Amino acid sequence: MNAPAASAAYDQRWQRIQDCINLKQPDRMPVALYSTFWLAKYGGITCKQLMYDYEKTKEIAERAVLEFEPDVISTLLLTVASGRSLEAIGFKQLQWPGHGVGDNQPFQYLDREYMKADEYDEFIFDPTGYYLHTYLPRVAEAFEGFEELPNFPGLHYFRLVGSVRSFANPRVRAAFENVFKAAEESERFFQHHVQFMARMASLGYPATNGTTGVSPYDFIADYFRGATGMMKDLFRNKDKLLQLLDKVAVFLLRQIIPTAKASGNPIVFIPIHWAPDAFMSPKQFETFWWPSFRKMLIGLIDVGLVPMPLWEADCTKRLEVIKDVPAGKCIYWFERTDMVKAFEVLGDVVALRGNLSPSLLTTGKPDEVDAAVKHLVDNVWNQGGKLILDAAFGLPDETPVENVRAMFDAARKYAG
Amino acid sequence: MNDMTDEERQLVEWLADMNEDDALALAKRMLLEDKKNPMRVLELCRAAMDIVGKRFEEGEYFLPELVLAGEMLETIGAIAKPLIKLGDGGEAKKHGKVLIGTVHGDLHDIGKNIVSFMLDINGFEVKDIGVDVPVRTFIDEINTWQPDVVGLSGFLTLAFESMKETIAAFESAGMRDKFKVMIGGGQIDDTVKNYTGADAFGVNAVEAVALCRRWMGVAA
Ligand code: B12
Repeated sequence: MNAPAASAAYDQRWQRIQDCINLKQPDRMPVALYSTFWLAKYGGITCKQLMYDYEKTKEIAERAVLEFEPDVISTLLLTVASGRSLEAIGFKQLQWPGHGVGDNQPFQYLDREYMKADEYDEFIFDPTGYYLHTYLPRVAEAFEGFEELPNFPGLHYFRLVGSVRSFANPRVRAAFENVFKAAEESERFFQHHVQFMARMASLGYPATNGTTGVSPYDFIADYFRGATGMMKDLFRNKDKLLQLLDKVAVFLLRQIIPTAKASGNPIVFIPIHWAPDAFMSPKQFETFWWPSFRKMLIGLIDVGLVPMPLWEADCTKRLEVIKDVPAGKCIYWFERTDMVKAFEVLGDVVALRGNLSPSLLTTGKPDEVDAAVKHLVDNVWNQGGKLILDAAFGLPDETPVENVRAMFDAARKYAG
Repeated sequence: MNDMTDEERQLVEWLADMNEDDALALAKRMLLEDKKNPMRVLELCRAAMDIVGKRFEEGEYFLPELVLAGEMLETIGAIAKPLIKLGDGGEAKKHGKVLIGTVHGDLHDIGKNIVSFMLDINGFEVKDIGVDVPVRTFIDEINTWQPDVVGLSGFLTLAFESMKETIAAFESAGMRDKFKVMIGGGQIDDTVKNYTGADAFGVNAVEAVALCRRWMGVAA
């Protein structure tokens, strides 16, 4: 395709997404290509290679994009090729090929208590100090040594001049050297990503999102207190938790807004872990989960960004609550919530994304995939739903290629 | 348990209502100061857990309550068990033996733990062999422990394959007809049940209990 044609194709594809967000009728149902380790299967390489070989991964990802011609693509390289960066920073919260799991296994997050229950006060009082002295050394080896940094608030005059000697401490020095090395790798990785996305854009393919976010509750549950620690906090540390949630909403916005703006793509992808029906009562949801997240959504919308939460598992009972956002500003991606039901409740408020079932995609036959797409087209798209077709949470790693073909073919067959 | 003293009733109520501080303080006093029969205290815990289980089934309680209840039970159990003397009365009757674990490659354990907890409070003897369990370990455990039901948990799509492999290994070991196999976990549905060759799948812990009851011929 020549450059002007590719540029026109880009505009057309991006317009479809814009139309969906604005609750207008696009010329056809857009389809997304979102993959993590599925690319390894598709390209016939190991998960380890996918994580470590920037060039190979770009090549395979490009091949997949050109084969399926999706309307939008996920950050295909950024999502998987972190092996070298993880190694450089000595990341302790994940296991990945060569570091705890086999060469052909995806990376996996380790659910631990990275913040203890009695550390709430410290985190709330001085988040940056807590990060420097406690959290960073706990989660990444490169930061080991930062425990010895001085407490910055309170430094003044000759006390400031004198305290700078902490930086001469050999452990602190070593830590800085390690962090610089990690930074170089991370920068290389990021440049590969930028270059890959620019190339995809030049071929006519926009990205589904510029950056990612996290809900305040999930941030604390997943990365600090751990799954069960958090559930106990709902009873044991209720007030402190609420206080921290409020604060986290503010500093997450400060993280997300500049990165989203710098990316040039307004969509912010927010995978959501702890909202599902089974995970807490409606009352707990409305007390602990939703208020700080809604504050974040509005904060993003107010500066012209488009939040795209991915509501994992079944969130049917949450629909009426999460409906409370301005119309035409968000994409709600559902994993297992019945899309027809989601459309009935939210169809005039948000664009929808999803949600072919993982078990169908991995173990079903192409004609079953075809039927599942038709079901979504008949019951959502043709009823006026602004649906971006995708799998439940992108393509499951094990999806046979013929089922991916069936998904894309069926979308074109039934919805333009 | 109708013949409860006011104090006993209070303990059950506090436990069932997630009033952790008061419940633990009272349980400690009963066990350590008043020297109450530890078996009696554990019976009271069980009565409280019955209520918790009911509230979960009825949709009043969710995961957080089960997690906290499990932990309260564990805390009291740890104090009570060393105090149990011979002649205090034996373990309650068990309906059957259930071996449960998360299949290899998968580390998710919250769902499995809830299933274990619910089976336990419903009178089944449960042996939980953890996460990322190799096929070999399942086989060895089955040989030595002789369960009536084997439960496989898994949340990742890669667990479909692990479950299939595990069940196929039961087949090759010639033991497949000696117990029932149930599977469950986030992504597990009927398609996966057929794919793996399990006898049944359960969407939640309540169904896991119902399946075991049905197989063991226990009335609900
Ligand atoms: C919590 C969680 C985690 C925690 C796990 C903490 C822990 N200690 O278990 C952490 C953060 C560590 C984690 C890690 C990962 N996770 Co995870 N995780 C989840 C999450 C949010 C919830 C799962 C859960 O515990 N639910 C709580 C239980 C109680 O809920 P439930 O399903 O209703 O439980 C009932 C039933 O399942 C049933 N049941 C359970 N077991 C059994 C067994 C039997 C026999 C029966 C009958 C019934 C039964 O009874 C339960 C009680 O009622 C899900 C998404 C989701 N919303 O489901 C993703 C999810 C399962 N994770 C996922 C992924 C990808 C991962 C990681 C690979 C991410 C990463 N790259 O690091 C790693 C994998 C680690 C590994 N190898 O296992 C994916 C799986 C996708 C896929 N296609 O495979 C999911 C679906 C999220 C997603 N949409 O992408 N995860």
